[in-house]
Amino acid sequence: MIGFPILSLITFLPVLGMFLILFMKKEQPKSIKYLTLGITALQVILAVILLANYNYASGGIYEEKSFQFIEKFRWINISGISWIGNVKVDYFLGIDGLSMPMVLLTALISFIAAISSWTIEKSVKGYFALFLLLDAGMMGVFVSLDFFLFYIFWELMLLPMYFLIGIWGGPRKEYAAIKFFIYTLFGSVFILLVMIGLYFSATELMANGSRVHTFSLLALMNPANYSADGILSALNPNNLRLIAYIALFAGFAIKIPMFPFHTWLPDAHVEAPTPISVILAGVLLKMGTYGILRVSYPIFPDITRQLMWYIALFGMINIVYGALVALAQKDFKKLIAYSSISHMGYVLLGMASLTTIGLNGAIFQMFNHGTITAMLFLIVGVVYDRAHTRGLNDFGGLASQMPIYTGFVTVAFFAAIGLPSMSGFVSEVLVFIGAFGVSAIRVLTIISTLGILLGAGYMLWTLQRIFFGPLNEKWATLKDLDKREYAMFIPLTIIIIFLGVYPSGMLDIMNSSVNSLVNFVTNAL
Amino acid sequence: MMANTNLYHSLSLIVPEIVLAIVLLVLVLTDLIFHKDKKFIPYVALAGILITGYFVLNQFGEKGFAFQPALYTYGMVAVDPFGVFFKMIVVVATVFIIFFSFGSEEIIKIKDRIGEYYALIFGMVLGMFFMISASDLILIYLSMELMSLSSYVLSGFTKLRERNSEAALKYLLYGAISSGLMLFGISLIYGLTGSTNLYIINSLIQNPHINLFTLAFACLLIFAGIGYKISSAPFHFWTPDVYEGAPITITAFLSVASKAAGFALLIRFIRTTFVSYADANGMWQLINVFDWKTLLIAISILSMTLGNFSALWQNNMKRMLAYSSIAHAGYLLLGLVVLSNQGLLAVLIYFSVYLIMNLGAFLVVMLIANKIGSEDIHDYNGLGITSPFLGVSLAIFLVSLTGLPPTAGFIGKLYLFIALVDAKMIAVAVIALLNSVVSLYYYIRVLKHMFLTKPEKETQAIITSLPNTILVSVLVAAILIFGIYFSPLVDAAKSCLVILGM
Repeated sequence: MIGFPILSLITFLPVLGMFLILFMKKEQPKSIKYLTLGITALQVILAVILLANYNYASGGIYEEKSFQFIEKFRWINISGISWIGNVKVDYFLGIDGLSMPMVLLTALISFIAAISSWTIEKSVKGYFALFLLLDAGMMGVFVSLDFFLFYIFWELMLLPMYFLIGIWGGPRKEYAAIKFFIYTLFGSVFILLVMIGLYFSATELMANGSRVHTFSLLALMNPANYSADGILSALNPNNLRLIAYIALFAGFAIKIPMFPFHTWLPDAHVEAPTPISVILAGVLLKMGTYGILRVSYPIFPDITRQLMWYIALFGMINIVYGALVALAQKDFKKLIAYSSISHMGYVLLGMASLTTIGLNGAIFQMFNHGTITAMLFLIVGVVYDRAHTRGLNDFGGLASQMPIYTGFVTVAFFAAIGLPSMSGFVSEVLVFIGAFGVSAIRVLTIISTLGILLGAGYMLWTLQRIFFGPLNEKWATLKDLDKREYAMFIPLTIIIIFLGVYPSGMLDIMNSSVNSLVNFVTNAL
Repeated sequence: MMANTNLYHSLSLIVPEIVLAIVLLVLVLTDLIFHKDKKFIPYVALAGILITGYFVLNQFGEKGFAFQPALYTYGMVAVDPFGVFFKMIVVVATVFIIFFSFGSEEIIKIKDRIGEYYALIFGMVLGMFFMISASDLILIYLSMELMSLSSYVLSGFTKLRERNSEAALKYLLYGAISSGLMLFGISLIYGLTGSTNLYIINSLIQNPHINLFTLAFACLLIFAGIGYKISSAPFHFWTPDVYEGAPITITAFLSVASKAAGFALLIRFIRTTFVSYADANGMWQLINVFDWKTLLIAISILSMTLGNFSALWQNNMKRMLAYSSIAHAGYLLLGLVVLSNQGLLAVLIYFSVYLIMNLGAFLVVMLIANKIGSEDIHDYNGLGITSPFLGVSLAIFLVSLTGLPPTAGFIGKLYLFIALVDAKMIAVAVIALLNSVVSLYYYIRVLKHMFLTKPEKETQAIITSLPNTILVSVLVAAILIFGIYFSPLVDAAKSCLVILGM
């Protein structure tokens, strides 16, 4: 183990950075940018240290002792003779195979987004302060094991995101920002309600032998902690577990975003500045699926099994619908946004299978989608910065004008299509194998394979429209990538190809946790 | 001899009220004697309220009745921790209002009449104090009138704008009607039971021979009077006009202190008159004569929904905050709706938080209005960029009013929903939560104008004086600290749950 509270450090380092920025002069945009870059680079280093000390065999999920890098102490403890108003909240951080890939992804994507933010010139100070706050919120969600803490971090991201889209975004930024905000808040109030319901339904055994209500996710997972009269207790014949599950699921699904809650995403992506799109697609969407795996699945295993067909159904709709809508797009960024909806469908499908292979595929897909889609949005950003248009039909023949750029684009596109030797291929295959093996959702899985076909269709068509054919004379002056852009593309490309060739590099991290999650969900009462 | 000790005991229990009355007299006298130079009058007021606050705190933990007739177990004035809590809310609000008045351009303009201004504020505070601890219908009515009459005058006090007088007149007319209705209700209850003491009425209405229809009618009439004070729908019509027309300091005072007094009165009235006992889980058992629960649920949902949806269309900040305060009256009623100690705790916590965030929001609106002379949301365009301190502070207050973590507003909402879920009132909780999503839109709209929209003309940075900067910072810090570490707040509220006669 490591001798210092590494998870707190990785989470609150950006907050520290934010305060430093607030005290810096706005006349020095360069130093603010370097500071942000330094903070995010430090986060990457910390994430690598975490990985180096990570015990691959430890399962996590429901057992406190198999979590790693645990930090736990009492944060709020209101106790009194009368139990009324008593609340116990722990500052409880820890990671397992479910969160480790997400921590790596968050650190990586934040770093890349910080590089990508170099072009920001409007109110630099405010931008980077909010950027770092957003970073802290994301990291916090992935490392917290107390529902209350989780919720605070979850909501903490809303406001920075609103401003980042709303101030630095495109022409319809105000509309997109408020739509994003209201959608996600709508989702999170349901999460709050379920959180309170769970709090009243379960108790945790304290060291002194008394039982108190708890927000600890791990305690909430243990059926033995539920009392018979709790509204969300399985022992209560009139329990509201099904409704609560659906409410919680909806709250998380808005973030994924799952059809029919997806309409905020294209707007937010189109209007957001490139680095924010990168974060949105790379990390934020993963929080939805992560929340379902971390909270919904182990706390409501019974309902999860009951509803797996529906989860698969929505996964299928996401895959096919997202791909079909992507085919119809004329705006490059909107196309990537819809492809992102389609790709998140694979995650849902893999999750619905409730098999080790399928879930491995789903979490791996979360990571891969994070890297691949981040790269795709960076690609859109590069061409938009130069040409100030994103119309798919406005281009043509860019391959001869920007050959290196086209090379990276090809890698990213093929990864998104799922070409073997790219990381996307492995995760999609695992998802399909896992889902196909479950007879209940086999038909849905077969229909979902359409998504691969359609995906190849819109991706290749886009490649053709923008990069091949005769060069549009208007763009004869476009320059190829500069050094800063290399710095963004090269690490992502290496990761995409490395994990395509050697997927065990990531799968081994999550495997034991996925096993224990699957065991827990399929065997629990 | 007996009577004398009784009187002495009674007077010792109302020391804070006596101090208030003395300060009021001192203010009037100093105003008369030193009519040339009135600079120090605000300091007299400040010292007076601080001394009052000291005596209120001194009373903490004390339980007893003042003005208790011989042979009676109950008196006219109940002194209990619950009352102390609300009195402290009023004291804190008054302290802030005095500080606000130092910096308000509107109040500086009327410096010749500053003595009356503070005397009237103390009249209001005195009324509120008695409202908070009154356990007799006569005293309830008198104290409400004392508070109301002072506030009618104050809402039109500056006479700087036409809206000023409109506000005062509207407030007076609505107030006169509602207090008339209330008085009628009180007389009906007296006719039914032969007593005006809440505790005696409580024991009498457990008698099944009482005419339930008349009693229900009387309850509705009395609720109309109190509902007007807490500006809950459908008695809210005065609120937007008065809030918009009155000087900002008074608007802020009305929205916090007079609401607090109204709530304290409502809670004590229902708790002592209509509840037979509280069970082991802290659930209050209503006497089966009038269905307060249904009435309060309906009023609460109506207030929230009406307040929030009307606020969506407002362009004047004070008007917007008026509708938001109607919505918050709805949220606060939710805590009472559950009729349990848990719910009462939620009300106390919510009120302390509401005090901070609402005063903060009004303070920033006032500081901005001082400089740009407008409360129109379109004049706020780009303000967050040119004056980041005020912009960010207002943003934090509004986010807290929405109820998002990590602000104290979230803690207030959290405890409300905890109480609702504990009482298994899930449907009401869902409605309230959806309401807070609606409220996000109009609060964020202000942020949008401040940070996102470009101003049409160049605006100047608003520079705030050091005392005002400190004042805003204190409120912001309180919002953020209680948002992250709320133990002290909840512990304080927990110790004040005792209503006399439980």
